[in-house]
Amino acid sequence: MARIRAFENAAEEASRGGVSAFGAALSASVRVRGPLHLSTGQEAVAAGVCAQLTAADLITSTHRGHGHTIAKGASVERMMGELFGKASGCNGGKGGSMHIADFSVGMLGANGVVAAGIPIAVGAAHALKLRQRKALVACFFGDGAINRGPFLEGLNWAAVHALPVLFVCEDNRWSATTATGAMTAGEGALARAEGIGVPGKRVDGNDVFAVHAAAAELVAQVRAGQGPRLLHAITYRVKGHVSVDPATYRDGEEVDRALQDDPIPAAAARLRAAGATAEALAQIALEAEREVAAALVAASAAAWPDRAASYTDIQDTGSGRWRA
Amino acid sequence: MARLSYAQAGCLALERAMAADPAVVVLGEDVGRGGIFGQYRGLQQKFGAARVLDTPISEATIMGAAVGMALAGLRPVVEMRVVDFALCAMDEIVNQAAKARYMFGGQGRVPLVARLPIGIWTGSAAQHSQSLEAWFAHVPGLVVVTPSNPQDNCALLAASLECGDPVIYMEHKELWTVEAEVDPSAKVPLGRASVLRAGADVTLVTWAGTVQPALEAATAATARGVSAEVIDLRTLWPWDRETVLASAARTRRLVVAHEAVRVAGFGAEIAATVAEELGIPVRRVGGARIPVGYSKVLEEAARISVAAILESLLQ
Repeated sequence: MARIRAFENAAEEASRGGVSAFGAALSASVRVRGPLHLSTGQEAVAAGVCAQLTAADLITSTHRGHGHTIAKGASVERMMGELFGKASGCNGGKGGSMHIADFSVGMLGANGVVAAGIPIAVGAAHALKLRQRKALVACFFGDGAINRGPFLEGLNWAAVHALPVLFVCEDNRWSATTATGAMTAGEGALARAEGIGVPGKRVDGNDVFAVHAAAAELVAQVRAGQGPRLLHAITYRVKGHVSVDPATYRDGEEVDRALQDDPIPAAAARLRAAGATAEALAQIALEAEREVAAALVAASAAAWPDRAASYTDIQDTGSGRWRA
Repeated sequence: MARLSYAQAGCLALERAMAADPAVVVLGEDVGRGGIFGQYRGLQQKFGAARVLDTPISEATIMGAAVGMALAGLRPVVEMRVVDFALCAMDEIVNQAAKARYMFGGQGRVPLVARLPIGIWTGSAAQHSQSLEAWFAHVPGLVVVTPSNPQDNCALLAASLECGDPVIYMEHKELWTVEAEVDPSAKVPLGRASVLRAGADVTLVTWAGTVQPALEAATAATARGVSAEVIDLRTLWPWDRETVLASAARTRRLVVAHEAVRVAGFGAEIAATVAEELGIPVRRVGGARIPVGYSKVLEEAARISVAAILESLLQ
């Protein structure tokens, strides 16, 4: 959680002037260009779920996917390189924040299209089942995704074929600049999942211990071959939709309450009560800051991709170099 | 050699690939019963319901799941029934399958073959009759294949299954029952056109369901003193520029004929390239920019005729 927070704080700083939206102007000197979607305040969901996964398990993520990627074990240095658009980035600078991926740790990609990761996760789980692998797929998506068709289609498919998928609805209560509740009929993600025959649990997504425990229970059921499960983790999007969005459309009291419910100090207090020393906790934060500081230095120093790279990894048959 | 229909020829290529490679799987609506055109007949009995997978009517998830399967090590064959239905899966084709390899910096590949049959299918009207091949040729990352006969359907499907890229495989719905001798071991590389008839006065480029009317028009043109060279493009992306340009450089005149709507059809790409490279006269024959109507009279108005191709050859 500390590593995710430190990474996103640094990325946010480096992205000032990075995109012309919400009245902000584009700056020529910006280091992180384009939309940067921060999961600040939502770290407990990524950390609590991924702590239950093995290296062989796979995940799919969303446009707000830094936390999931870090929690699955990706290198912060290579991630920062990707946000800077450098050749050292985990996608070689071809994807950026919205498409960040690290297949070496089983992270099959963030996705710029809401709910698009759901069918991909289902297919990956289907492949694991056909290839008789023991692993599962954790599929992260937001509250907005439950209003798209692939949510219904993907959960139905996973249930029909009893696939090893843990669906994780990371409910931050905002769909871009619109409150999701105002646009969503019925009782939300878990009720819809149960209607399709996918059982699950609702949990306080800002309580990393609760997320961890709920994920443990659901992951055990998925691993036992009982079919897909859904974890509905209720959290809050502390920042705007993208880093330049001041989110002035929200009630200040709502945001203040959310800031009081920050999952990181809450987890620290629980750890202190359980006997962790203040020094040990301070050390965790310090190490995260150091790691991210080194990642910023490395990303700044790294080389840009070769322009010729824009013609590679497209297709082997009829690639972009082909004339006409 | 065996006498096979266009549908059977595709089925044979798939059967051979599934026998050779356990990673090849089929998914889509009704594939277990052989598919509505019979192009999967017998495969589920032979390879089981786990590898020939009946799916819900969930086009987006059929295609999206195939992307996930491909990223996780399988080679899925995706049944979309008709190209018109694949429009429910355009995000999964264009934003996911076509982009994954590039945007993830080469960390993953999507070796899938999506079967999206094209063409007017008698009496099926506006939502089951479109020829949308140009849409897919426009998208970087995709290969687009349009077989016109049983032999090519066998060989090109086999080549597509060996290709590591996402392939949009577009059989023509009015060719399913056409029969011919098929050599299942014959190879046809992707991106290579076939010169079906030699000619000296004009190059006629076509593909899929328009090949037969084009050959008829070329025969009729001979009687009128015009010798047409007929080229079946077979693959639209990458299209065989060398064969087309070499032919057009000799004949000094080009006609492209396709069933798809003429406006912004793939014929425009070929005509423009030939005009740019050779500076010779080019003409396009394509469907009117109208939906395909149900009534026989209206459907005929949407088809391109032998007479229309002949008229272009004679001009």
